[in-house]
Amino acid sequence: MAAAVFFGCAAIAFGPALALVLLTVAAEPLRVIVLVGGAFFWLVSLLLASLLWFVLVRVGAQAEPRPQRGLLLVGAAASVLLQELFRFAYFKVLKKADVGLVTISEDGRSPISLRQMAYASGLSFGIISGIFSVINILADSMGPGIVGIHGDSPYYFITSAFLTMALVLLHTFWGIVFFDACERRRYWGLGLVVTSHLLTSGLTFLNPWYEASLVPIFIITLCTGLWAFVTAGGSFHNVLKCLSCKQEDDSTVMMYSALQVPCED
Amino acid sequence: MTELSAHLPQFQHGQLTENFPDNHLSNTQESMASALFNTDQNDSCERRRHDNTERRRNDNPDSETNGQPQNIQQVVEQDEEEDEELTLKYGAKHVIMLFVPVTLCMVVVVATIKSVSFYTRKDGQLIYTPFTEETETVGQRALNSILNAAIMISVIIVMTILLVVLYKYRCYKVIHGWLIISSLLLLFFFSFIYLGEVFKTYNVAMDYITVALMIWNFGVVGMICIHWKGPLRLQQAYLIMISALMALVFIKYLPEWTAWLILAVISVYDLVAVLCPKGPLRMLVETAQERNETLFPALIYSSTMIWLVNMAEEDPEAQRKASKNATYDKQAPANQTRNEDAEADDGGFSQEWQQQRDNRIGPIESTPESRAAVQALPSNSQTSEDPEERGVKLGLGDFIFYSVLVGKASATASGDWNTTLACFVAILIGLCLTLLLLAIFKKALPALPISITFGLVFYFATDNLVQPFMDQLAFHQFYI
Repeated sequence: MAAAVFFGCAAIAFGPALALVLLTVAAEPLRVIVLVGGAFFWLVSLLLASLLWFVLVRVGAQAEPRPQRGLLLVGAAASVLLQELFRFAYFKVLKKADVGLVTISEDGRSPISLRQMAYASGLSFGIISGIFSVINILADSMGPGIVGIHGDSPYYFITSAFLTMALVLLHTFWGIVFFDACERRRYWGLGLVVTSHLLTSGLTFLNPWYEASLVPIFIITLCTGLWAFVTAGGSFHNVLKCLSCKQEDDSTVMMYSALQVPCED
Repeated sequence: MTELSAHLPQFQHGQLTENFPDNHLSNTQESMASALFNTDQNDSCERRRHDNTERRRNDNPDSETNGQPQNIQQVVEQDEEEDEELTLKYGAKHVIMLFVPVTLCMVVVVATIKSVSFYTRKDGQLIYTPFTEETETVGQRALNSILNAAIMISVIIVMTILLVVLYKYRCYKVIHGWLIISSLLLLFFFSFIYLGEVFKTYNVAMDYITVALMIWNFGVVGMICIHWKGPLRLQQAYLIMISALMALVFIKYLPEWTAWLILAVISVYDLVAVLCPKGPLRMLVETAQERNETLFPALIYSSTMIWLVNMAEEDPEAQRKASKNATYDKQAPANQTRNEDAEADDGGFSQEWQQQRDNRIGPIESTPESRAAVQALPSNSQTSEDPEERGVKLGLGDFIFYSVLVGKASATASGDWNTTLACFVAILIGLCLTLLLLAIFKKALPALPISITFGLVFYFATDNLVQPFMDQLAFHQFYI
């Protein structure tokens, strides 16, 4: 049972992330670098948030459990805000890198587009966030034990796995939307992402009551996914075209008069 | 003791100076006999030599053109742009080519630490760290660990200086013998112990005859692959395995505080040895440059093997090498003094040495002799080589110290997997940053300091700050 739970929960939590990485990121060196860089930025944000929480706990050291939970709430909120701040910082860093890549490229185009960087950075935030949330739980699930023997929910592992999966996907979508909003200076988009993240994190505070936390979080994931899809340029038409596997008409035309090939899109 | 170098092809003043966008991370290698600490700074210069000769062989197609003054400027600019772009293109690919083996080595070390309890069990200490850490007071423990680290680092410095002296006085046989003995010890003795412990962990019944056969085959093939020729992947795998074995020995026999202190001190030493004018590393590099030779092909992880593939064409390569070396040697003495400063921050990266040589040759005006020499270069049959096949080299000492850091983190951290992963990401980012700095500054830079610093910061921060926070959150199943 232990190994089954471990592999099952690991697959639930990281299956989509692994598939995304293997199919879209692993082949391109620049995307892998963006991935690792994003993980680093997230880690730094977590470090600062933990420092803040630690200081708060030390300061309020004599308090009873209720304020401890309140401090945890404050710590979590601070962590969310810091994560978004560092997402913005990563956006700035990637913009600078993009400029650098453009200046040294042959044809004036960067080898990686900002959208790809947004996707990779969102995915990286998601993966590292998911890993840090759930890896110790997965490691414990390998060993012997009884879940919820002290009255907690017996569904701890599976709900953790689903929450992690949702979080990974959410971070990916937030990354895409966030970068796009920053790029087009639509700051309401930024605010919406931050609010959505705070809301998600807040919903997990309801946690043994899974109907109230898991279901809304998945609804939020779905909506954010659609929003990210639209932001990235997707549409119903695109989906149909992709599903029908039709070959794209070659829309480039050779201009014989000038003996030039028009630039590729 | 790791150095990165970037190559940029430059076409200056009618002379082709070749920079190959190989990235070289030379590293100090600890060859581990019970009494050998071998820092391979000379490896780096050897590697550089090696690379330079390889570069000579892998000529850029541009070498065919002669130096005409009118075209020089445009060609220089165009080449510089191409080179910069090539550098970055190669840079990203090279970073990944380094990520993969470093990750593999760390995975092997962490997997072993987590499963085989032998490497986390306290069974005494090395003679280089004689002071125990089982003391009564914290102050005493701190003092003992400082003393241990001091002794260890002095041993390393002494060994390095010994190596420099040996190299300077051309005692090549001694150095070769030293290397062979240490790799023999690693491949046979340490792997035998490792195998035994793995069998004990999984309770596998085994007889001595089978073990002898396995270890014999493993060791002999390893010696052949590492010191002579072999399939590239096999050689890479063996180098990763011996680095992992070495790292495991360190993790087992270095007590906790000593290990962290040694890591910190060694990255400082790396920084100093690479950037200071009178460092043994630099002296080694300069000596190697003067002699224009390589020494230690066995202690470098290489990601491609193009030159080995061309083994059959030894003679044309040698001829080309000879003619090119002649060309360069002519101009070398003239620019020796001018380039003292430029070489000041050379740290044993072969690319760097390349660059220095290129810098040396660059400012020289094109003379009739040099132009004739360039035009006399035989046409390169290897110019059709795909530049993207140029590989990356990394010294094994880097592998070892990165793995020691991550392994120690996984062995002793209370945050367990979180700490291990944080250190892993930190080291990868340090590697990435070092390569980036290299591409920007185009100077020799030590690769250990940044990664180890990030790793140490992340280890202590994650273990003491992040772990309790994440623990509390996981306890209540709160997600951030």
